[in-house]
Amino acid sequence: MARKVFHAMYDDDDKLKEAAQLIVDKGIRVKEVFSPFPIHGIDPIIGVKRTRLAICAFMYALTGTSLALLGMWYFMISDWPMNIGGKPSQSLIDNVTSFLPVTFEFSVLCGAHGMSITYLLRNGTVPGMIADNPHPRSTNDRFIMEITSDENGAMSTDDISQIISSTNPEELSEKEY
Amino acid sequence: MQKEAAIREPLILGDKSYSQITEDVMAPIVGSPNMWWKVLITISGIIAAWGVGNILYLLGVGIGTWGLNKTVGWAWDITNFVWWVGIGHAGTLISAVLLLFRQKWRMAINRSAEAMTIFAVMMAALFPGIHMGRIWQAYWVFPLPNQFGSLWVNFNSPLLWDVFAISTYFSVSLVFWYIGLIPDFATIRDKVSGGWRKKMYTALSFGWSGRAKHWTRFEEVSLVLAGIATPLVFSVHSIVSMDFATAVIPGWHTTIFPPYFVSGAVFSGFAMVLTLLLIMRKAMGLEAYIHTKHVEYMNIVIIVTGSIVGVAYLTELFISWYSGVEYESYAFINRFSGPYSWAYWIMMTCNVVSPQLFWVKKWRRNLTFTFVMSIIINIGMWFERYVIIVTSLHRDYLPSSWSEFHSTFVDLGIFVGTIGIFMTLFLLFARFFPVLALNELKTILKSSGENFKKADH
Repeated sequence: MARKVFHAMYDDDDKLKEAAQLIVDKGIRVKEVFSPFPIHGIDPIIGVKRTRLAICAFMYALTGTSLALLGMWYFMISDWPMNIGGKPSQSLIDNVTSFLPVTFEFSVLCGAHGMSITYLLRNGTVPGMIADNPHPRSTNDRFIMEITSDENGAMSTDDISQIISSTNPEELSEKEY
Repeated sequence: MQKEAAIREPLILGDKSYSQITEDVMAPIVGSPNMWWKVLITISGIIAAWGVGNILYLLGVGIGTWGLNKTVGWAWDITNFVWWVGIGHAGTLISAVLLLFRQKWRMAINRSAEAMTIFAVMMAALFPGIHMGRIWQAYWVFPLPNQFGSLWVNFNSPLLWDVFAISTYFSVSLVFWYIGLIPDFATIRDKVSGGWRKKMYTALSFGWSGRAKHWTRFEEVSLVLAGIATPLVFSVHSIVSMDFATAVIPGWHTTIFPPYFVSGAVFSGFAMVLTLLLIMRKAMGLEAYIHTKHVEYMNIVIIVTGSIVGVAYLTELFISWYSGVEYESYAFINRFSGPYSWAYWIMMTCNVVSPQLFWVKKWRRNLTFTFVMSIIINIGMWFERYVIIVTSLHRDYLPSSWSEFHSTFVDLGIFVGTIGIFMTLFLLFARFFPVLALNELKTILKSSGENFKKADH
């Protein structure tokens, strides 16, 4: 059987959402949705799981907190303690209030940049990448659903095509690959 | 879909569709620049060149070319630094705090406000840099291993906290801004035909394709970045205020400085956003997206923050008397009646009296009036820093050391020059970057677009 990829294009985000629900209810797996802006509520329909990026951010920020405290302990307490205006310089716990601003800033720095870099890498949106959205209008005013025959082996391509057509897409393209 | 009350003014005026939003935002990018843009960039380019010339002169000859003396060792340099950092606060406030509060009107202004933030923080960072005299040794502010024994930077000092605060703030704002720009660059990439533009936007968009999973991540990243950028905004200007508050100089040694500086920063930042946007919406034909309602909302923020600043001024005065410390009370009596009283009264008029005029609905919805007021507020906020810094320093402990500050042409040239550099960068941004977060705007079109609201009722 020929392997096929279907691209169904809709001119409205709500239409695509309804269509996706109908198609999923018929037992077809929707591989991907391309849209110019986030369509709220599409994720549970097509089975996109919640991202764990926020947890990453927290981990990176904690790393920043530890590094900042460790660094300042080394610079100010361990390596070269100095008497600056009589401020305590012999133990971290006595001097820590002066270190809080930098600890906070460094935690934010690591949290924000760590998360952003992870985000770009996970998306594969890094400098030099080539976009693969099926139609140039999918970043402007069209909403495209991608369905492959591979993921829906139990159904014939004709059936899939028929079910998609029943949702009245503006355009339906089928390609063999 | 989210619904919005029918009586609430629409945020997007006119008969717009998704593609129309793209067209409107892309018009200045694909078209040739209009007369306005050419005139403005020529003027700001000349001013910027003058500023760069002055900076080079300063670096060549030394800090002695400024009007500083033994008593007043800090004047325009730190005034300009604090002024620019303050202006840089509105961008992240709009994009982060207003995102957490789900304020949809931020979408029309956040992109340009963030750009403004980035350019303003660049200008701010310039001042401590050139004040060092030997700017090529600026990396000494970082705790790097060195050959001078084990000489580390002093982590007890607010000046070093500033280094961390400003660099974190700058880089996080830049990342926040760019992550928001990527999908919009992709839209432009798919819309322009061939040539250098296609190549440029293909490179800038990092291969963004708009997959559902990517959008989920995008929203999560925006939210978390907003969540951590919010305390960051507050911390940065608090730390800037501690440059003064932790000193022992009467007039600086004040515990209300952090909240007072933060609200002052937001106040001046919003004023600068208004100055820029009121010109930009006209010059770039964005009247349907940035209109009276947006201006009114911003003016309300100005009333709130301006009033906090006003209360802070009065609290300072009261506490200087109530504390019973004669040095403290002298510093404040000298402020409003001494040789710099003119600066004090300019500050009071511009920052305390003028924002109260916005209580009148008709005035806060008047764009010309708002434009004039926004410039007055920016002048007032510059004088606020000048008053705090110079009046507190010029009366030293010993009357024999009393002095006054007289600015030189280099002081003036560098300050005006930074405005020129800032405007040049902003105009370049307006010409080549999408000035509205166009894809975010599309998400509110159905709930807050004029045509959709009408069709609903």
